Amino acid sequence: MSFATDFMNIALIIAFAVIALAQVLSMVRLVLGPTTGDRILALDTMVINALGLVVLMGISQGVQIYFEVSLLIAMLGFVSTVALARFVLRGDIIE
Amino acid sequence: MGQIIATYAVAVFLLIGAGFALVGVLGLLKFNDSMTRLHAPTKVGTVGIGALLVASIFHSTTLGETSMHELLIMAFLFVTAPISANFIAKVNIHRRACDTPPAPPRGDTWSTLNVPAADLEIDNGKID
Repeated sequence: MSFATDFMNIALIIAFAVIALAQVLSMVRLVLGPTTGDRILALDTMVINALGLVVLMGISQGVQIYFEVSLLIAMLGFVSTVALARFVLRGDIIE
Repeated sequence: MGQIIATYAVAVFLLIGAGFALVGVLGLLKFNDSMTRLHAPTKVGTVGIGALLVASIFHSTTLGETSMHELLIMAFLFVTAPISANFIAKVNIHRRACDTPPAPPRGDTWSTLNVPAADLEIDNGKID
C-alpha cells in the first residue's frame, strides 16, 4: 500500500509540474501568436490547463469542493471563448 | 487490494493526462499554420482533462466515498470543445489566416437569377 501511495504522490507532483509547464508554453503562444485566432486558441488552452490544475488540487487535498470550482471554470471558459470569437466575427457579441 | 489497484489507476491516469496536456501544448507551440495549430489543443480538452477527471474518480474511490459527478464536467467539455474549435476556425477564415474556401459557382439555375421575360419590367422597376 505504501509503495502505491508513493507512486501516486510522485505522479501527482509530475502532473502538477507538467501542467504548469503547459500553462507557461501556451502563454508563450499567446504572446507570439501572429493572428487573432491563435490568441483566442491560446486563451482557450490556458483555461483548460487552469481547469486541470484545479482538478489536480482537488486530488492532492482530497476535498470535494473543487468539483464546483472546475465546473464553473469549464462553463466560463467556453462562454468567454465563444464571446471573443463572436466579437471578432460579427463586431458584436449579442445582436 | 481494490484500494491498491485504484491507487495505481490514479497514478497511471494522472500521467496519461499530463502527457496529453504537454503534447497538445507542444503542438500549439510548434506547428506553423493557424489551422494546423487548431488541431493539437483540442486533445488537451478532451483526452487530457478527461484522464485527470477519471483519476479524480478513482481517487475518491480510494478515499472510500465514490463520487461520479466528475462525469458531468467531462460531458460538458466533450460537448463544448467542438463548438469552440468551430468558432476559432471561423475566426481564422474571417481574418484570412488560412486558405479560404472557393467561391460557389455561379449558374443560371437559381430561380432568382433566371427571370422570365414577362417579369423583367417588374424587375427593372418600370411598373410601380
